[in-house]
Amino acid sequence: MVDDGRVEGVTAIEVRTGELVTILGKAVIIATGGCGRIFQFTTNGWIKTGDGMALAYRAGVPLKDMEMVQYHPTLLPNTGILITEAARGEGGHLLNKDGERFLKRYVPNKMELGPRDILSRAEMSEINAGRGFEGPYGSYVNLDLTHLGKITIEDKLPFVKELAEKYLGIDPEHEPIPVRPGQHYMMGGVHTDMHGFTGMPGLYAAGEVACVSMNGANRLGSNSLTECLVFGAAAGRAAARYAVKMESPSFGNPVQGEVMMEEKRIFDQILKHEQGERISSVRTEMQNGMEKHVGIYRDENSLKEGCRIIGDLKTRLSNAIVEDKDHVYNTELVAALELDFMLDVAETIPYSAIQRRESRGAHYRTDYTKRDDANFLTHSMAHKTPGPPRIDYSPVTITRWKPEERVY
Amino acid sequence: MSQDIATIRVTRYRPEKDAKPFFQEYKVPYRHDMVVLDALNYIKAEIDGSLTYRWSCRMGVCGSCGANIDGEPKLTCASFLHEFKGRTITVEPMTHFPVIKDLVVDMQDFMEKLVKIKPWIIREKETPPEQGEYKQSAKELERYSQFSSCINCMLCYAACPIYGLNEKFLGPAATALAYRYIEDSRDQGKEVRFPIVHEMEGAWECTLVGECSVVCPKGVDPMLAIQKTKILGATNAIKSLLMPRGGR
Ligand code: SF4
Ligand code: FES
Repeated sequence: MVDDGRVEGVTAIEVRTGELVTILGKAVIIATGGCGRIFQFTTNGWIKTGDGMALAYRAGVPLKDMEMVQYHPTLLPNTGILITEAARGEGGHLLNKDGERFLKRYVPNKMELGPRDILSRAEMSEINAGRGFEGPYGSYVNLDLTHLGKITIEDKLPFVKELAEKYLGIDPEHEPIPVRPGQHYMMGGVHTDMHGFTGMPGLYAAGEVACVSMNGANRLGSNSLTECLVFGAAAGRAAARYAVKMESPSFGNPVQGEVMMEEKRIFDQILKHEQGERISSVRTEMQNGMEKHVGIYRDENSLKEGCRIIGDLKTRLSNAIVEDKDHVYNTELVAALELDFMLDVAETIPYSAIQRRESRGAHYRTDYTKRDDANFLTHSMAHKTPGPPRIDYSPVTITRWKPEERVY
Repeated sequence: MSQDIATIRVTRYRPEKDAKPFFQEYKVPYRHDMVVLDALNYIKAEIDGSLTYRWSCRMGVCGSCGANIDGEPKLTCASFLHEFKGRTITVEPMTHFPVIKDLVVDMQDFMEKLVKIKPWIIREKETPPEQGEYKQSAKELERYSQFSSCINCMLCYAACPIYGLNEKFLGPAATALAYRYIEDSRDQGKEVRFPIVHEMEGAWECTLVGECSVVCPKGVDPMLAIQKTKILGATNAIKSLLMPRGGR
C-alpha cells in the first residue's frame, strides 16, 4: 500500500476465510525469497513464485540484474531435487554418454570443481551435441560416484545416497546418478542499497528477493547466508530506525479503501470467468518457455521469443478460469495470483537479457560470447510500465576488487 | 500398451457446499517414480481445480503436506504410489484434527502448543553478540540434535491415540521440542519450562506404544522425549518438595 510515495503496509488474504485484510505498518520489509518456479527445473521449493519481487516492482521499485539467473549443475531430472556440490567435492565424476569426463574440454584445470555456471553450460553443450542420455524427463548426464567406494559414500555423502535411493531407486555405490542443470538462485531482485532500503520510503527488502549486489552476476556457494544474516539484520535495523521517527499510518485512510476496492475488482474478475483455459496450462507454458528460450544459453532470437511468449501468456491468464469459487481456503485463487506475480517477474528476465549484448557471469549469450566491460559493466534496472518493462542502467561501484578475466 | 492408471480416492469437504465429507475418485496416470503429491497436483492441474490440500517444498522439509494415506499418517510428497498395495490409494485428512476443507486441517491447537513450551534459548542474562557465541561441543549437540530435526508436520499427532482422546495433551512433537531445549547446554530455562511440560495432561496416560516415533518422517523419537521428560519431571517435582527454593 503506497500513499503519496510512502509504503504504509500490505493487503493480504486470510486464506482460511477468503477475507481481504489490510495490515498497516510504518515500514515493510520484503523477505519472500526467489522465484524458481518460473522455470521448468528448479531446486527451489514450489512456493517460490516471486511474489515479493512482483509486489515491489508493481509499487514502482525497479528489479535489478534480473538476467543473472544461477543454474546448478546437478539436479535430479524429474524432481529438480538438488544433489549437493559435496558429491563432486568428494571426487565424483561427470560423464557423458560415451563414459567420458567431458569437462576436460571446458574446465581442464578444475574439472568437477569448476564453477556452477560453467559446469551447467558444459552439460548443456554435451546434451546439445547429442552426447547426453535420453530419459523420460528429458536429457541428462551422469554423476558417477561408484569409484568412491561404500565408506566414502556412506560417511561423507549419506544424504546423496538417501536421495538417490529414495527418488530414483538407485544405489550410488553401484550406479551413476542421472543429473541435469536447473535454476537455483536469482542474483537479481528488488533493488536495494546496503541497508536493504529500496529507495521508496518505508520499503525494505532482504535475502534472495533483494539485489543488494553482493553476488554480482554470479553467486558463490553459501553467500545467500550472508544475504540473509548480514543484510537481513541491516534491513531490520534500517526499517526500525525509519519507523521510530514516523507517524503511524491512520486506520481507515483513503488508500486502505482504494486498495480494498482494487483487490476486490481483481478477485471478482478472476472468479467470475466461467469458461476459459485452466491456469495450470498457462503456468506450464511459462515454465517451458523460460527454460527453452531464457535458460542457460541465450541469443537475440530466443530472447525475443521469450518476451513474446510471456506477453501472450499474460493475455491468456487474464481470460483463464479459476474453477474453485469458494471463499474458504481457495488455493486455486492463490495459485492464480501467484501466476500473475510470476509472469510479471518472468517478463523482466528476457527484456533485461536481450539488451545485455555480452556474456557475463551466469548470463551467457551465444551471439555475444565475450564480456564487454566498456559497455556493460553496469546494473540493469527493469521498471514497470503499462506495457513491457523499461530497462535502464545504474553504475557499478567498484571498490577494492577489480573485475578480472575468468580463467580456469 | 495401455496406459497404467491409478485411482486416487480423496476426501472432499467444502464447508460452503457440503454438509459432510465424502469420497471422490480420480484416475491419474501411474508412474513408478510418482509420489502422492504428484498425483494430487495432477488432479488439481488437469481434472479438478477445486481439490484443496497443502504443500510447499515438495521435498520433505517443510512439513505442510501431511495426510492419512491408506490409513497411515504420511507426507504426501515423500510417499510413492508404489509403496501402497494395488492401484487404488485412499487419501484422507490427518486424523484427530478439525477439517477446514478437503485435506486441509486446522493447526491452531498445535501452533499454540509449540509456542507454549517457549521454543527458544532462555538465558538468565542475555549477553550482546559482541561478547561472542554461546559455545557448544559436538557431544553436547548430540544430546538433543535428533529432536531438532522436527519439521512440525503433525503426523505424530495424527498417530497418537492419547491426543485423539484428550486434546489437552501437549503431545509428541511439542514435548520433543521442549526436551530439545531442556537438553541444550546453552539453555538456562529449565525452571520455566519444567512446570509447563510437567503439567501437561495426558502424558501419564501415554502408554509408550510409540506410534508417534513410527510415523515420524524425520527420525525424531518423540516417545523417548516424553519418557525422559516424565522422569525429569518426577525427580524435579520431588526435589522441589524436599528442597527450599534458594536465590541464585
Ligand atoms: S516429531 Fe516427527 S512426526 Fe512429529 S511433527 Fe515432528 S517431524 Fe512430524
Ligand atoms: S511439501 Fe514440504 S514436506 Fe511435503
